[in-house]
Amino acid sequence: MNAEQILFILFGAVSLIGAIAVISFRHPIYSALSLIVTFFAQAGLFVLLGAHFVAAVQVIVYAGAIMVLFLFVIMLLNLGTLSVKGAIGGKLKGLAIILGILFAAEGIYIAVNALNDTAVASAESAASSVTTSTYDIGELLFSKYLLPFEVTSLILLAALIGVIVLVKRDGQEEN
Amino acid sequence: MENFPLVLIISSIVKILIIVHLLLIGVMLMIWAERRVSGWMQDRLGPNRVGPQGLLQPVADGLKFLFKEDLIPDHVDKPLYVMAPAMLLVPALVAVAVVPFGSSITVLGHEIPLQIADINIGILYILAITSLGVYGVVLGAWASNNKYSLLGGLRSSAQMISYELTLGLAIIGVLMLTSSLSLRTIAVQQGAYPWQWNFLIHFPAFLAFTTAMFAETNRLPFDLAEAEQELVAGYHTEYSSMKFAMFFMAEYMNMIVGSAVTVTLFLGGWHFFGLENMGGPVWSGLISFGIFFVKTAIFLFVFIWVRWTLPRFRYDQLMNFGWKFLLPVALTSIVVTGTLWITTNSRLIVGIGNVVSAFIVVSIVAGLLVMRAPKPAIQDSDTQLTPTALDAIE
Repeated sequence: MNAEQILFILFGAVSLIGAIAVISFRHPIYSALSLIVTFFAQAGLFVLLGAHFVAAVQVIVYAGAIMVLFLFVIMLLNLGTLSVKGAIGGKLKGLAIILGILFAAEGIYIAVNALNDTAVASAESAASSVTTSTYDIGELLFSKYLLPFEVTSLILLAALIGVIVLVKRDGQEEN
Repeated sequence: MENFPLVLIISSIVKILIIVHLLLIGVMLMIWAERRVSGWMQDRLGPNRVGPQGLLQPVADGLKFLFKEDLIPDHVDKPLYVMAPAMLLVPALVAVAVVPFGSSITVLGHEIPLQIADINIGILYILAITSLGVYGVVLGAWASNNKYSLLGGLRSSAQMISYELTLGLAIIGVLMLTSSLSLRTIAVQQGAYPWQWNFLIHFPAFLAFTTAMFAETNRLPFDLAEAEQELVAGYHTEYSSMKFAMFFMAEYMNMIVGSAVTVTLFLGGWHFFGLENMGGPVWSGLISFGIFFVKTAIFLFVFIWVRWTLPRFRYDQLMNFGWKFLLPVALTSIVVTGTLWITTNSRLIVGIGNVVSAFIVVSIVAGLLVMRAPKPAIQDSDTQLTPTALDAIE
C-alpha cells in the first residue's frame, strides 16, 4: 500500500463520514459544516487524480463562496433543530424508498464492475489520457469548447440580471 | 510517490518550522509595531516599559492571555464556540505554504528553493485558503449566541464575499501576462528593476487588489465586523483569554501573508536592482530573503499607517465602493490588459492603457452616481441648525 492509496482511503472515508453527517445532524448549521468537510475531502481526491485546478476551484466556489451563502441564510432565518419525523412522513416516504433503492442498485453495479479488472484498467487509461493542467484546461475552453463556454457565461449573466430585476422591488425606489 | 528523496523531506520540515516561527514572531512584532506606530502618530509614547523600547510587551500580553480564566459563557453553542478561533487561525497559517520567500539556497550541494511548496496553482491555492477564513468569523459570531456578535458575523460574511470577487479578478491581468499561476514563476518573471514590476503595468488592479485585501483582513477602514462603537467588539465579543488571542493572531497573520502575496504578485518578489544575485549560492539566497522581508515589512507598515489614518466606512458606502468602483476597475483591467497585450505586445502600452481606462471607468461611475442620486428630502445635515430648529427639537 503506497502513500497515494492511504491518502485515497483517508479522503474517501472523510468524505463519506461528512456526507452521512450532513443528513444525521439535527441542526442545519452542523449539516452545512459537514457538507464543507465533504467538499474538502473531495478536493483532496481531485488532487490525488492530478487535477489541481479542479481541486482549487472546488474549494473556492463550493467551500469558499456557496457554503458561506448557505450559512448566511441559515443564520439569518435562525432555523432551529428540524424535526425529522414530520419531514419523512406521508407521500415522500414512498418516493424516498424508490430513490434509495435505485441509488443502492447503482452503487452495487459500479462496485461489481470495478471488481472486473478490465473495467478498472479502461477507467485508468481514460484517466491518464485526460490532461488536467491549467494550461490544457484553458486551451480546451477557448478552442474546442468555446461555444459551450460562451453560452454558459451568457446564461449565468442572464441569471444574474434576472436576480437583480426580481430583487428590486420598485424601479423608482433606489438607494 | 513511495521514495521521496530524503533531502526534500528534511528541507521541507526545516522550512516549515522556520516559516511558522517567523510568522508567529512576525505577529508579535506587528502587535508591538502597531501600538508604537499608533502612539507615534498620535503624539504619545505607546508601550515602552517591558524590554528595550517595549519590544517584550507582546510576550507579556501573551502570558497574560494564557493565564487568564478561559471563560465559556453558558448560552453559547459550545463545540462551534471552541472550534471557531482555530478555524480562523488554521487558514491563516497554511496559506503561507506557497509564498516564495527568496530565490534558492545551496546547502551541502543541494539547491533548496526558499518556499515550502511550489505548486502550479499557487495563487488559486491562496485564494481558496483565504476564502475559508470567513468561517471562523461567521461561526464564532453565531455560536456566541449574542446579537452584536451575529451582526458582526453577518457583516463580515457579506463583506468578504463582495471583496473576494475583486481580489480574484484584480490578479487576472497579472496572470495573463505571466501565463502561469505559480507564485514563483510570477516573481521570477518580474525582473530586477522596479519599473519592470507588475504594479506599474497593472496599477489600477494593484490598487484594487490592495484595497480588497484590506477588506479581507477586516482592517480599518473595513473593520465593520468588529466596529467597537456599534457592536461592542463584533464577532469576538464573547471570547476571552487565549481564544480571543487566537482571533487577534489570525488577523495579524492574514496581514503578513497578504503583504507577502502582494509583494510577490505586484512588487517584484525578492528582486531589487540585482542585489539578490550578489554573493555566492548561499549569500544570494539569504540576501533575496532579506529583500523580501524588508518589502513585506514596508507593506505591513502601510497597513498600520492606513489603520490610524482613515476612519471607518459606513456599511452602504462599503458595499457601494466594493461593487460600483473596485469591481468595475478590476473588470476593465482584465479587458484592457487582454486587448492591448494581444494587439501591441508592449508592457508600456498595457500599463498606460490600464491607468487611462481605470480613470475613465471611475469617472463614468462617479458621474452616474452623482446624476442618479435622489435629491435628499430633508436638507443636508451640514446646513446649520438655526436656534428655531433647536427649539423645535426640544
